[in-house]
Amino acid sequence: MNTGVTEKTQKTIGGIRRSFAPWNDPQAVPLIQYKNVTKRFGEFVAVDNLSLDIYEREFFALLGPSGCGKTTLMRMLAGFEDPTEGQILLAGQDLVGTPPYKRQTNMMFQSYALFPHMTVWDNIAFGLRQDRMEKGAVNARVEEMLKLVKLEKFGKRKPHQLSGGQRQRVALARSLAKRPKVLLLDEPLGALDKKLREETQFELMDIQMELGMTFLIVTHDQEEAMTVADRIAVMNQGRLVQVDQPAVIYEHPNSRYVADFVGDVNILDATVEAVEPGMITLRPLAAPERRFRIAQDCPAKPGDSVAIALRPEKMRVEFDAPADPNVNCLQGEIWDIGYLGDLSIYHVELPGGARVKAAKPNLTRMVERPITWDDKVYVYFSPDAGVVLTS
Amino acid sequence: MASKATGRWLVLAVPYLWLLALFLVPFLIVFKISLSQDAIAQPPYLPTFDLSGGWALFRENFAELSFENYGYVLSWDNEFIEAYGSSLWIAGISTILLLLVGYPIAYGMARAPKSIRPTLLMLVILPFWTSFLIRVYAWIGILSPEGLLNQLLFALGIVNRDAPLQILNTDTAVYIGIVYSYLPFMILPLYAALEKMDETLLEAAADLGCPPFAAFWKITWPLSLPGVFAGCLLCFIPAVGEFVIPDLLGGSDTLMIGKVLWTEFSVNRSWTVSSAVAVLLLMVLVIPIVFYQNLQAREMERR
Repeated sequence: MNTGVTEKTQKTIGGIRRSFAPWNDPQAVPLIQYKNVTKRFGEFVAVDNLSLDIYEREFFALLGPSGCGKTTLMRMLAGFEDPTEGQILLAGQDLVGTPPYKRQTNMMFQSYALFPHMTVWDNIAFGLRQDRMEKGAVNARVEEMLKLVKLEKFGKRKPHQLSGGQRQRVALARSLAKRPKVLLLDEPLGALDKKLREETQFELMDIQMELGMTFLIVTHDQEEAMTVADRIAVMNQGRLVQVDQPAVIYEHPNSRYVADFVGDVNILDATVEAVEPGMITLRPLAAPERRFRIAQDCPAKPGDSVAIALRPEKMRVEFDAPADPNVNCLQGEIWDIGYLGDLSIYHVELPGGARVKAAKPNLTRMVERPITWDDKVYVYFSPDAGVVLTS
Repeated sequence: MASKATGRWLVLAVPYLWLLALFLVPFLIVFKISLSQDAIAQPPYLPTFDLSGGWALFRENFAELSFENYGYVLSWDNEFIEAYGSSLWIAGISTILLLLVGYPIAYGMARAPKSIRPTLLMLVILPFWTSFLIRVYAWIGILSPEGLLNQLLFALGIVNRDAPLQILNTDTAVYIGIVYSYLPFMILPLYAALEKMDETLLEAAADLGCPPFAAFWKITWPLSLPGVFAGCLLCFIPAVGEFVIPDLLGGSDTLMIGKVLWTEFSVNRSWTVSSAVAVLLLMVLVIPIVFYQNLQAREMERR
C-alpha cells in the first residue's frame, strides 16, 4: 500500500531507521520520562514503581497480556489517570495534575470514540477548533489529514456510514490533526481483520516517519509490536520485564516470561554441567542422557537449575542419527504435524513424554520421503540457537 | 409456507385490530357526536342513527349532521380558544421546568455506579405505586395556607403567620403538580439516552483539548437530544389535556381545556360541544405527535 511516501524518501527513511538508536546515546534527552511511577486502584497495583524513558521520533510499543498495566501506563500520560506516586515528564515538564485537555498528547482510542453526531470533517476539525485555530488553517489541516489517510471523498459522511477500516483511519486522522508531541495508540488495530491489520501496520510506520512524530502504542499482539516498533517494553504485573529492540527481545529474551510471551518457543528445564568462556554445557531434564552445548556467556555455576529457550524455526527435524555425539540433538517420535502452508510445525514427543516443536519451511512442493506421524526422528539445533535463561 | 404467512399476518393484525377497536372506533363515535345537536333525550343528542328505518331514514339523519358545534367552539366570543392557548402555555412552561429538573437527575443516574442504577430507577418509578389522585390530593395538604410548607416556613420564621404563602389555587400550584406528576416521564427517556452514551467520547473530547463544561454542550447535549425530544413530548402531550391537576390545585381562574371539557360535559350536559372540544384538542396535538413519530422513525433508521 502506498501512503504517499515516495520510493526515494522510503530509502532515506530506511537509512534513518538503521542508525536510529537514541537510547544508546548518553547525550540524548528523553521526550517522555516515567520516574518511579506507581498506580494503585484500591488494593490492586496496576503499575509498580516503574521507570521508563522514551525518545523523540521513537515508535515505542508497550506489550503485555491484559491486566499487565500497559493501558494504565498510557492513560496516565494522556491524563485520564493520575499516578499514585512518581512523576511523568513530557519534554522535561511534570505532567502530574495537568488535566487531559491541557496536555500536548493525543490518543487514538481502541473503540475509536468518534463523535457520532459529527461528520468525518467535523471530527477531525474538533481539536483544531478547540485551539481556536483560524478557519482557513483548519480547513487546510483537515484536508491534509484526509489526504494522509486517503479519505478525501468521505469528509461529509457520518461515522456510522463508514466501514470499520475507514473509521479507524478517521480516528487516526483526528488524533494526528493537532500534531501532538506524542501520539498514543491504544490497541489501534484490534478491530480490523488480519490482512487489513497488516497493511495498516506498515501505513502507521510510514505516517510516523513522514510526520517525524513520537508514537506510543499499546498492544497485546506481539507480531504487531515487532512489526511497528523501534523498541518494545514487555510488561508483566505492572513492571517492565524487558525493554529493547524487537530483534533483541526475540533472540535474546532475558527471562522465561519474555521468551514465552514473544513468539513461539520451546522451554526445556536443564541443569548446568560445566561453564567455560563463551560456552555452557547443560543436561536437559527431559532427556538426562544427553548434553547440550550453548554458545553463551552465562553467570550460572555448575549444578544450577536453568531453562533453555529454543525457537522452533531454529530446530531441524531429520531421520538420521547424529554422526558426532557432541552435536545438540534430541530423539523422539512425531506426535503431531501442523501444516500451515508456508511452514510445517512438527510436534516431537521425547521418550520421557515432554514435547518440543520444530518448524520447517516447505521449500519445495514435493518431498521424496515426507516426515509423518509416529516417525522416529532426531531434532537438531546449533549451539547458538538456544538461549539459557536463569530467571 | 402458507401457515407461516398466516402466522405473520396474525401477528401484524393484532396491534392493528387493537388500534381499530380501541382508538379509531371510539374516535369516530366522538366525532359523530360532535356533529350532532344537543337534545333532551337519552342519549342527549340528535340524530341517533336508527338502522331499522332503512336507507331513507339514514340519509335523513346524515343530513342533520353539521359543523355547528365547531363554529361555537372556535368563536372568539366563547372562552374555548383562550382555554386552548392557556393549556398550551401551561403545558409548555411545565415541560421546560420538567426538562430543567429532570435532566440533572437523569444525568446523575446515568453517571452513577452501575450497581446502584437499578435502585435509582426503582426510586423514580416508585411514586406510581400510589394512586395518582391521592398524590395530587397530598399536594393540597402541602400547599394549602395551613399546609406543611407554610408550617415549615412559619417555624423557620421566613413567613409571617398572618400572611401565609398563597400557592394553592394558583397557576404555581398547577406547575408544581404537573412537574411532580410527570417527572418520571421526563427522566426515563433522558436516562435511556444518556446511559447508552459511550463515556470514552468525553475522554476523546478532553484529549482533543475540550474542557468538561464545553464537552457537555458539544458532545453530551447533542447526543441526548432524542431523549430530550421524547421526554418533552411525553410530558407536553398529556399535560395539555390535563384535568385533575388544574381542577384540584388550580384556582377558579386557571383556564385549561381539560377543565372546560369537563364543565361542558358534566355541568352543561352538552355532549356535542364537549365532543367538538375533544376532537379539536386531538387536532392540536396531532402536530407534536406526528413530529414525535417522525423522530422515532429516524432514530430506528440510524441503527
